[in-house]
Formats: sequence, structure tokens, C-alpha cells
Amino acid sequence: MPVLLKQILSVSWIGLRSIPQRPWLSLATIFTIATVVTVLLAFLAMSEGFRQTLTGGGSESVVLVMRGNAEAELNSVLIRDQVALLNSAPGIAKKDGAPLVSPELYVVVDGKKRSNEAKVNLPLRGMNSEGIALRENVTLTQGRMFAPGRNELVVGESLLREFQGFDLGNIVRFGASDWKVVGIFSAAGSVFESELWSDLAGVQSQFNRGSTVQSVRMRLTEPSAIEDLRAYIANDPRLNVDVVTEKAYFAKQAEGTSDIILMLGWPLAIAMALGALAGALNTIYTSVATRSREIATLRAIGFSSTSAFFGTLTESLLLSLLGGLLGSILALLFFDGISTSTLGSSFTQVVFRFDLSARLLLNGAVFALVIGFLGGLTPAFRAARIPVASAFSDR
Amino acid sequence: MAENISEISSAPTPLIQLRDVSKTYRKSGTDITIFHNLNLEIKAGDFVAVMGPSGSGKTTLLNLLGGIDRADAGSIAINDEELTHMSESRLSRWRADTVGFIFQFYNLMPMLNAASNVELPLLLTRLSRSERRKNVETALQIVGLEDRAGHSPKELSGGQQQRVAIARAIVSDPKLLLCDEPTGDLDRGTAAEILETLQMLNRDFGKTIIMVTHDPEAARYAKRVLHLDKGHFIEKELSS
Repeated sequence: MPVLLKQILSVSWIGLRSIPQRPWLSLATIFTIATVVTVLLAFLAMSEGFRQTLTGGGSESVVLVMRGNAEAELNSVLIRDQVALLNSAPGIAKKDGAPLVSPELYVVVDGKKRSNEAKVNLPLRGMNSEGIALRENVTLTQGRMFAPGRNELVVGESLLREFQGFDLGNIVRFGASDWKVVGIFSAAGSVFESELWSDLAGVQSQFNRGSTVQSVRMRLTEPSAIEDLRAYIANDPRLNVDVVTEKAYFAKQAEGTSDIILMLGWPLAIAMALGALAGALNTIYTSVATRSREIATLRAIGFSSTSAFFGTLTESLLLSLLGGLLGSILALLFFDGISTSTLGSSFTQVVFRFDLSARLLLNGAVFALVIGFLGGLTPAFRAARIPVASAFSDR
Repeated sequence: MAENISEISSAPTPLIQLRDVSKTYRKSGTDITIFHNLNLEIKAGDFVAVMGPSGSGKTTLLNLLGGIDRADAGSIAINDEELTHMSESRLSRWRADTVGFIFQFYNLMPMLNAASNVELPLLLTRLSRSERRKNVETALQIVGLEDRAGHSPKELSGGQQQRVAIARAIVSDPKLLLCDEPTGDLDRGTAAEILETLQMLNRDFGKTIIMVTHDPEAARYAKRVLHLDKGHFIEKELSS
């Protein structure tokens, strides 16, 4: 082992062994950094969970057609003639000779949160059996699928978990009509689990939408067939519509809210980190001050100033790493997997779970180490520059 | 370690040569001259006690000889190496090779046991772990503490701690031992034991020792006593 490395390890080891001499200050630093990391990870997990929920339901082979320039389904309207034209578009996959096309109506209904009974907007989607076939990973976990013309609902598991009144068998009142919950479905935690589904004709009728829909979902024969479809749409002036893949649509929907969460999370975490930085700085300065005689002794023996520098920095990095680990454990215990909901871009609630992945935990550890590095840097310089002779004269 | 410790040197050339050394400190805006054109020669194998009133520059002299402080002017040559213009990193290596320090308050690492404290200077060498362990055992044997290797400083008396510090100072076989009031914190009986150990290191292992002390009794263990007064030496021969 090179002599300098041996020196650095020795000085680091001596520094780390001296931590118990400053228990409260060291613990305070660890807890401060842990708090910062916990808060940061909570925001990151929230953003990641929201993004995963939205993008998890999107497919490259399914396209969404909406009115031109409509950013979301709620702003879109398509008339029956347009739906008929889309039925005969090229590049659409077929099942039993019929194109896999699902005209859908997306309306907002009232709901109440289980946690605080706050009134919220929930999405009710009207569609036919093709709509269910177009969605991957959808399975009925309780009850049965809705039957046409009977005001029946199936409820996503996430929606059921977060909002009250949608248990199997319940009668729910939307406006002037009653709806019966006949089934509960799961959709692998995707955004579809935040929806209520019923048959298209019933929703059109109860919400006075005539024969209009808001979007048409279609399965492509293959992802590249979207170009044929776009060409077809461009050549027909009656089709003033936009076409995007479901994946791209949800990615864009996720972007806004996910970015807002991150834009809140990072500045808050950085502001808190400045406080933690001051704490780390104070702890390591105190460490250097109380150990100045030890450091001077090592320097007198022949240890280099470089080893004093890295030895001090190691102490700071270790304390911050411990803080990072503690913060990660706290975040895993208190935030990972918790379910919540927020307003999506369609002004309806999207239910999602905090998702604390290994990548995010690594981000937390790196953030903690950055605090430790910055907090230890100037005290490490001080340790390296301790005037040996005067350190011995102070007692 | 014992095999490496040099025999008494009979070389006539001085181990330490100070030529026109000046040192001034600035305190509260005032320059305080400690030395002005100080000259000194100490031969290898000598045991010199440096005495003098407080503020006479005894510790400053020791710091200059140990390369932990720098002279403002003049030349300091030790073991044929000129310290004055050495870089900090070169000085660190030079200290590791040439000097052993013994302090009044021992300056042991409280979190390390006696053996690990003694081992510290060897971490600056390329010796293997087993070689280091062997040298540490030998150094502790020389100071009579081989049975205290696993004890922490807190578990040792003041005299024993100072012995550990001496073992640490000699473990890498330096030519020069610099002792700053090595018995200043000890009772008379323990101080005598420490001074006898230093005398033995000088006599049996040829270590050149410079010892700063206030205590005339301690100075009697040295071969020569130098009195520092107003930045100059006055040499006194010892009666026996």
C-alpha cells in the first residue's frame, strides 16, 4: 500500500475513532443531514411515483386521437362522422374482422377523499368492450364488468383506496342519476386505476353529450403504422384531429405535475441542505479545534498535511453518509409505497404511490455526501494548515 | 527495532549546526526577537539540556531543530541536511526519518492503545505489518512496557504514558530525540525513571538528545547544559 494512502487511512481512522468524544455534535449533524435526505427523497419518490403511474399505462402501439390542439381529453370533442372515418383508417389492428377502435367519453364527477372528506373531481370514462381490450394489464379483481344501458360502474383499485363510496355493490349518485358499482379492476397501478368506467352510450345519455366523444383510442398493427395514420388524417379535411401514441400522451401529462413536484422539492431540499451544511461545518470545525493537538502531533511525527486534509474530510463524509443512510431508512419506512392523489392535467384526481427506487436512494446518498464534502472542505484545509508549533503551545 | 538502533557514533562532525539563526515573532503589532545570529553545534551522540527563563526561546529552538518552525534567517543543518529551504512535504519526510519528539504532555492518541500509538511513525515507512509489530514490541521492551501494549493511555499512569511516548519517538530509529520538558508533568521519582531511560537511549543506542527543561535536577542527567538567555547560549559543564 502506498505510504501516503497508509497515512490518510491512519489519520482518518484516528479521526473516526475520536467521534465518540463529540457525541452530541456528531449526532446532531447526522440527524440534520438525515432530515434533509428524508425530505428530498420524499419529493423525489412523489415525483417518480406520479410519473410511473402516468407513463406505466401508456403503450407505443395504442394511439389517442383528439381534436386538433386539444391538450387533454377534457378539452376535446369528436363527432360521430369523425369516429366513422377513423374506423376505416389504415394501420389499425383488427380483431375478428373489426378494427380495434374505442371511442371514449371522459366526464368529471364528484367524489370525496377517504382521508379528509374533501370534495374532489373524479374521472368517469364511457367506453365499449374494445376500450377494455385496448388496455393492457387490466383485470377484474371483484364483481363483473359493466353491462350496456344499465348505469353500471367498474371502479379502479386506486380510486377505491383513496375515495369513499365506491365499494362493490354501492349505489352512487352523479347529477340526477344513480349508478351501481358492479366490479373493481386493477391496471397494474397505472393511471387507469384512478378512473370509473361505464358503457359509452349510458354516459353519453346521462351527461347529455348526444353522440359526441372526446377521444378515440386505436391499436396499431405496429408502432410505425402511426405514419400511415397521420398521412390519412392529413389528407382528409374533415379530420381536424391530432394523433399521439398513448405513451407520448401520458409522458406529456406527467411532465407538468412531476416537474412542479421537483421544482418544489429540490429548492426546499437545497434550502434545508444549507442549514445542514452549517451544522456539518460547525461539527467538523469543532472536531479540528478539539483535535488540533492530535493533528499537530501527527504532523510533528511526519504525517503529511495531505493526510490531515483527507483525514478530516473523511470524518465529514462519514457523518454525512450516516445521515444519508438514516434519511434513506426513514424515507423507506415512512414514505415508500404510501398512496396519495393529486390533481392531474385533466382536472381530475390521479392516485399514485410514492416510489422510492434504488436510483433515488443513490441520489439521496450522493446529496448527503455533497453536504459532507462541502461541510468538510474548509475545516480540512484548516487541519492541513495547523501551525504545528503553536498547536503545542495552546493548552 | 533494537537491531536497527544505531550504535554510539564516534563521528567528529556535528550532527546539528546552527549558523547565524534569527527568529522574530510578531505579537500585538510588536516584533519580539527571540534569536539574533544564534550559532550552535551539537555532535552526534551528545545529550544536551537546554535551560533558561520563560520566554528565552528554549521551545522555539526545539521547534526549529525539529523542523516544525522556520527561522527568519541563517542556516540550520541537521544530519548534513539543510532545513531552511526545505518544502513542507520534504520537511515532513525528514522529520519522519530523523527526529523523534517527546512532549511534556505525552500527546498520545487517546483512542489508540499503547502499541498503536507506538506504531504511528512506522506507518510512514514501507515496513510490512509483521515488521512493524516486531519493531513496536522491541520499542516497548526498551522502555519496559511490553506488558502494557494493549492498554489505552487512560489506563496508564503519567510515567507509563511518557514511556509510551518515548517508545513512539524511538521506534523508527531516528538519530535525534527532541524532548520538551519531558518530566514537567511527573513526580520526582517517575521523572528520575524517565530521565534514566533517556540516558540509557543516549548511552546504549547513541541517540543524540536535546532536552528542554526548567529543572536543574533533570539537567544533571545530560552531558552538557546550555543556558539560553536573551537569545544567546551560555554553556555550563556538569560536575559529574
